[in-house]
Order: sequence, then structure tokens, then C-alpha cells
Amino acid sequence: MGLFSSRKTHIVDTDILVIGGGFGGCGATYESRYWGRNLKVTLVEKANIERSGAVAHGLSAINCYMGMRWNENQPEDFVRYARGDLMGLVREDLIYDIARHVDSTVHLFEEWGLPIMKNPETGHYLREGKWQVMIHGESYKPIIAEAARKSASEVHNRIMVTHLLMDAAHPNRVAGAVGFNVRDGSFYVFRAKAVVVAAGGASHIFKPRSVGEGMGRTWYAPWSSASAYGLVLRAGAQMIQMENRIVLARFKDGYGPVGAWFLLLKALATNAYGERFEASMLEEMKALVGKYAEATPLPTCLRNHAVLQEIKAGRGPIYMHTQNAIDTREKEEIGWEDFLDMTVGQAVVWASQNIDPKEKPSELITSEPYVMGSHATCSGAWASGPEDCAPADYQWGYNRMTTVEGLFGAGDTIGGSAHKFSSGSFTEGRIAGKAAVRYVMALAGNTPRVDEAQIGQLREEIYRPLANYEIGRHEIVAGSVAPSYISPLHGLQRLEKIMDEYVGGISTLYMTSEPMLNRGQELLTMLKEDLDHIGADGLHQLQRTWELKHRVWTSEAVLRHTLYRQETRWPGYYYRGDFPKLDDAEWHAFTASRYDVKTGEWQMSKLPVHHIIA
Amino acid sequence: MPTFTYMTRCDGCGECVDICPSDIMHIDTVYRRSYNIEPNFCWECFSCVKACPQHAIDVRGYADFAPLGHSVRVRREEASGTISWKIRYRDGREKLFSFPIRTTPWGSIKPPTEYVAPDADALNSPLLAHEPAALMVAALPTLPPFEPDMSSKSGG
Ligand SMILES: Cc1cc2nc3c(=O)[nH]c(=O)nc-3n(C[C@H](O)[C@H](O)[C@H](O)COP(=O)(O)OP(=O)(O)OC[C@H]3O[C@@H](n4cnc5c(N)ncnc54)[C@H](O)[C@@H]3O)c2cc1C
Ligand code: SF4
Ligand code: SF4
Repeated sequence: MGLFSSRKTHIVDTDILVIGGGFGGCGATYESRYWGRNLKVTLVEKANIERSGAVAHGLSAINCYMGMRWNENQPEDFVRYARGDLMGLVREDLIYDIARHVDSTVHLFEEWGLPIMKNPETGHYLREGKWQVMIHGESYKPIIAEAARKSASEVHNRIMVTHLLMDAAHPNRVAGAVGFNVRDGSFYVFRAKAVVVAAGGASHIFKPRSVGEGMGRTWYAPWSSASAYGLVLRAGAQMIQMENRIVLARFKDGYGPVGAWFLLLKALATNAYGERFEASMLEEMKALVGKYAEATPLPTCLRNHAVLQEIKAGRGPIYMHTQNAIDTREKEEIGWEDFLDMTVGQAVVWASQNIDPKEKPSELITSEPYVMGSHATCSGAWASGPEDCAPADYQWGYNRMTTVEGLFGAGDTIGGSAHKFSSGSFTEGRIAGKAAVRYVMALAGNTPRVDEAQIGQLREEIYRPLANYEIGRHEIVAGSVAPSYISPLHGLQRLEKIMDEYVGGISTLYMTSEPMLNRGQELLTMLKEDLDHIGADGLHQLQRTWELKHRVWTSEAVLRHTLYRQETRWPGYYYRGDFPKLDDAEWHAFTASRYDVKTGEWQMSKLPVHHIIA
Repeated sequence: MPTFTYMTRCDGCGECVDICPSDIMHIDTVYRRSYNIEPNFCWECFSCVKACPQHAIDVRGYADFAPLGHSVRVRREEASGTISWKIRYRDGREKLFSFPIRTTPWGSIKPPTEYVAPDADALNSPLLAHEPAALMVAALPTLPPFEPDMSSKSGG
């Protein structure tokens, strides 16, 4: 015990615990209250749900909406689209399930007060592209947070969740979670019958392009700390497609998204010489990935690949010709609102560099890689599918339950179902929330039991970085260099450098290979050991320490999956130099891993991809 | 663009501390006013800027790529449901924009418990809350049960 034994402990008993109050978590909270009227539903969040997660700014579009009521699209169409974009490998049952429910979510958002733009001619929602609808979305997050607050029995803000708890009697059953209050340092023990993890994806796994003061200016939020994966994989949940990181072509430095510019405003991108380059590369892409290059629209990774080829050939910068796209005040407003609602930093880049998008083009560039499950990518936990239409080997109980009993997930947490975005993540939260209610009701009296020894051990581990600092700093006069500890930022920068240089980051133009990955693993192993020697000079740095640990644990999964898949499935996301082509005969499969926290071993395997939609 | 706080405007109320998703707006113990403790973890999300009742927080674009002399100011008004932006360029040009943020009064969302409680049949169906009505189509789409065939291959 020692130094910090006077620390207060709060025990919270609940039926359903939702971890992370972003889009997935707010959806899970709303839905579990709807079905579980008498259950206790507790939402725990490391920030403040009013403005937490990837949607803190707001958003300018809802990227997943079918429009079944106007017969615009059907769920089957959406599955084909997501499958094409991910080069054939998606959980079609999960994607179908989201697509068939997502319209009801979006209609609910509109009823709650989210301003959705309308097409003046048809009266339908204004489409940005085939799947996206335009919104005035600055308050998107506060609106859904209001709904979540009204649904939860309790909302605990500013609790950083560090670990899941396991049932003392059934080692593969979840029993709650622990964490600490970032403000007063108290220790929190949540004892729950079911847990829904919706703690978001990962930025800052790979070294970002921005440096120094600007390093927080990543595309995905700097607070997307890989906790979704860090939590569930340490509980022994099977993970899939962790190699499937995403790289995005974005406005340079500001990371402004390109969707509204390409799809709605119809701006064109060219190389420095004004040439459109994508089409001319089609034959070369077919040689790499075969029929997958024939998908329309061209898969996201292949569009990156084309940009990269131009840059490598010295034909950059790549420009987005905004100046030809905004010829009216209305379009100028749409262009600016797109960023002011969702990436204000892009407006600052324009103002500071004297770029008026009406007059000048803006540079585009490919970002550093991110690990997530809700965008054009699908890393995450292997989950049970919908009872009425999932293949038999894709279901073992409740919808969106992981391979750990009672442990559910939503949004970035769940693997295999790409293109969920905000509306789909909320919808998946709803699906998981309802399933968790059914699970809890079926448990009846069979409540999980938490072992005191497990809690005591975690408590000691959680606060150790404070002691490391407190003790270690007496060895030195002042400053940040000490022989016995490193700061969380030091650890983060080491991680980013390893991942960048060995696992396919920007410095190798996303290239890696078996020897590089093996060397990366050696260095990562030493970083894992050094995680026991992080020194935190206060509660804020203690939060940074645990974010780092979640990132490191997740990174190891990324590395191991990348090593396991011996092909280049998604050129433009990353390349295996030793296996430069897509190989359907061997690798038309999901890569899967299971980590054993007791032995430290990883078990890799393949899982089958079933095509349930023609 | 990391944030900074104007000394003369901040009254130390802590709203920015409460909202920052990155936990980097803290109150300085000497001056009793807020400041950004970790600019390299700021996402320029403007959550704190919008929340400050004194308009005491501003941003200066990230030093690694934003030349000086710009400003992006914002006023978010919940009561009228609008947000207004004033953008000033390095070369002095200005742009003004105003957008709606919400169509209903704040606090007006109906909690799930105010709807009629669903029955056991609904609980065991694939329907989510308010469906099928909220889908605005006759019924929730479904697929025939999956039969493994030649279209699935495990690839070894
Ligand atoms: C710049 C940008 C633009 C985007 N554009 C669009 C768009 O136009 N349309 C669209 O539909 N989607 C868009 N998206 C995608 C969308 O935001 C995500 O798909 C969605 O938010 C994912 O939901 P989630 O619940 O998985 O994660 P999040 O919404 O990020 O929620 C995760 C939550 O978990 C909390 N958390 C994390 N770790 C912990 C922990 N250890 N303990 C407790 N709490 C924790 C976080 O604080 C956060 O609140 C965009 C995203 C970004 C970043
Ligand atoms: S919200 Fe504004 S006034 Fe209040 S502490 Fe922050 S900067 Fe100061
Ligand atoms: S802009 Fe966002 S991340 Fe930066 S200090 Fe303000 S609230 Fe925090």
C-alpha cells in the first residue's frame, strides 16, 4: 500500500456498465434504458460526455443513412459497397444489421433537434453522396449526450477506465471494470452484470505528420487512445483484422475531410501539373489486387495508392481544386461550414496561410495510419451476429457480444463492420444495449462475483506511475531526464517511432516486411517492459500513462496481425514488401488473435469470411 | 491551433476545465485563471472556446505550420440555436458565417422511459426502440437464414 493508501475507493454496483460516452456508448445507454426499464444503467466516461470522443467539434455529415423510406438504398446495397471498399473482407451480417436499423437512428436524431439539410426539390435529406446526408452538425454531440444523460441511471464523467474485471468463478466472463477519477484521484470499482465497451479507436499509434506543438493535430482525436482494444483484448476477447489500419487522404496539415468537396461540391484533385491521375493507374492496380480494383467507387485504399504513386514520382503536391467548385455564396458557405462544424483547424490553416478556397487550391496528403473499426476500416473485436441472419459460426449467443461472456461492444470496438461512422456506431450501440438487457435478464440470480485480490492488485498497478515519479525524481536535480523512469510522452514518442519505422508508417511510405516487423517486435517488447517504469507527476499524467498502455497493447496486436497476413491486401493503407500482391487463395479470411494475459502469449488464426449477400 | 487564455478576461470559473475532452485546460494555482497545460495534445476542437462565458479563450494556429496573424473567433448561442464565426486572414481579409445548431429547445428530448414499455415479444425480436415505425418503411428488412455454399471460402 504505502504512499497512496489513503486514497478513497468508490464501489458502483450496476446491471449494465457502458464504458465510453461517444456515439456507440450513448446509443447503448439509450437503448438499454428503453428495454431495461428497471435495470441500473451506468455510463462511465474519461472526459465529459457533452463533448467527448471523435465528435467533440461536431460533424458536417451523417455518413451512413439508407433512405429506405424514399427507396434510395437498401441494406444489401450498403453491404456490397462496404465489402468492395474493404477488398472483400467484411462481416456482412454485422453490416447488414446496422444498415437495416440505421434509418431509425437518424430519424430519432432529427426528432431530437439535429438540423438535417433538405433537398429543396425533393424534400428528402440533402445527400452529400450515395450514403451521406448533410447536417448543421456543430451540436451533434451535445444533442446525443442529452439523450444519454436522460437514459442513464448514473453518468460518471472524468473516470479513466483502465481494466475490465473478470468473474472469479468463470474466467471467461466479465464482471465489471476499474479506473480512477482524473480530478480527485479516487479509485472506482464498477461491478456489473454486463459491460458494453465503446471506448473509441486509436490515434497516435503511428507517428503523426505534425510535430512539436502541432502533434495533437491528428485526423482522429488525440484522445482516441485505443482503449476499446486495450480493454477488451486484455480480457481475452478475440480480435480480428487489427492489421487493417486506415490512412486517409486529407487537406494537408489541417486534416480537413474531403467528402463534401469531392461528393457534394464536385471539386477535382490533380497532381501539381493539373493532371488527373487515378484512372491511368487502373491497370497497375489490377496487377496488384485483381478484380478488387474494378469496384465502383474505387476502394479508399486504392485512391490513397494513386496519390502515393504521384508523390513518389515527384508530381506532388496534390491539389484539391476548391476554387473551381465554389462559384456561389451558398457553396462557399457549405465549404466553410464543412470544416467549422467538424475540423476547425482547417479554417485556421486557410486564414493563417492566406488561402481563400474560392481563389486557390489546397494541398491534399495521405495521413499517418489510425486503428479503428467505424470508418473505411474494420479492426476490432470478433462479435456474435444478429440471431435472425448471421451464419451459425458467427453467433454464439447475444448480438454484439464478444468471445468473452457478458462483454459487448459498439462503434470502433467491434471488428469486421466498416463504414458505420457516427450514425452506425450509435446504431450498433443500440443493438448491443438491447442485447445486454436480454443477457442480464437471462442471468437472473447468476451474478458475477469479483475477487477482492484481483481488485487490490489492479489498484496497486493503476497508481504505481505516481510512486515511480515520486521516488525517482529525488535522484535528479530537476528537469525531465531521470535514470529510473520515463514520462508518458517519452513512451508515446518511442511507440510512434517504432510503429512508424517498422510497421508501415509515413516514414517508409507505409512499407513493411517480415524482417522489419520482427525488429519492431523486439523494440516493442522492451517498450512493454518499460511501461512498468513510467513516472506520472500527477493525475493528468496518470491518465496519459494509461492511455499509453492501451495504445501499446493495441499496437502489439496491430504488429502481430500485420505479420500474420502474408499479402498486401490494401495497397495505400500499407504494403508488405515481401508479399506485394493480394492473395485471395490464401488470405480471403479474417486474421484473428487471442491474447492470454497470464502467459503473455498470442494465438493467431484465420476465421472464415461468409458472403451472405450476392 | 492550441488555445490560450487572455489574463484580463478569465475569471477562473472552470467551465473550460470541465469541458475539455483532452483534460488540458487547468486552473493556474498562482493566477487562479485557466491555461492550456499541454498544447501538443490540443485538437483545436474549440469546445473550451465555445464554453467560456467570458470569451477569454482564443487560439493561435500550431507553430509548426500556421504563420501568425490570423484569428478564428466564435460565438455559440444555445438560446437562439446558432453559431457565428469570424475568420480573419493573416493579410487582413475577413469572413463571417452563421449556422443553425439545433431545431428544438435544449432539454426537450423525450427520455426512453416516457414511451410505452415494450413487451416480451418485442424484446426477443430484432426490433430496436420505436421500430418499425421509426424506420418509416413497413417492416424491418431481414434475410433468409444463411446457408453455407460455394460463395464462402475460408481460404485455408
Ligand atoms: C474529423 C472527423 C470527421 C468525421 N466525419 C464524420 C462524418 O462526417 N460523418 C460521420 O458519420 N462520421 C464521421 N466521423 C466518424 C465518427 O466520428 C466515428 O465513427 C464515431 O464517433 C465512432 O464512435 P465510437 O463510439 O466508437 O467512438 P467515439 O465517438 O470517439 O467515443 C469513444 C468515447 O470513449 C471515451 N473513452 C475512451 N477511452 C476511455 C477510457 N479508457 N475510459 C473511459 N472512457 C473512455 C472517449 O472519451 C469517448 O467519449 C468523423 C470522425 C472524425 C475524427
Ligand atoms: S471558462 Fe473562461 S472564464 Fe472560465 S476559467 Fe475558462 S477561460 Fe476562464
Ligand atoms: S480546443 Fe479542445 S482540446 Fe484544445 S484546449 Fe480547448 S477543449 Fe481542449
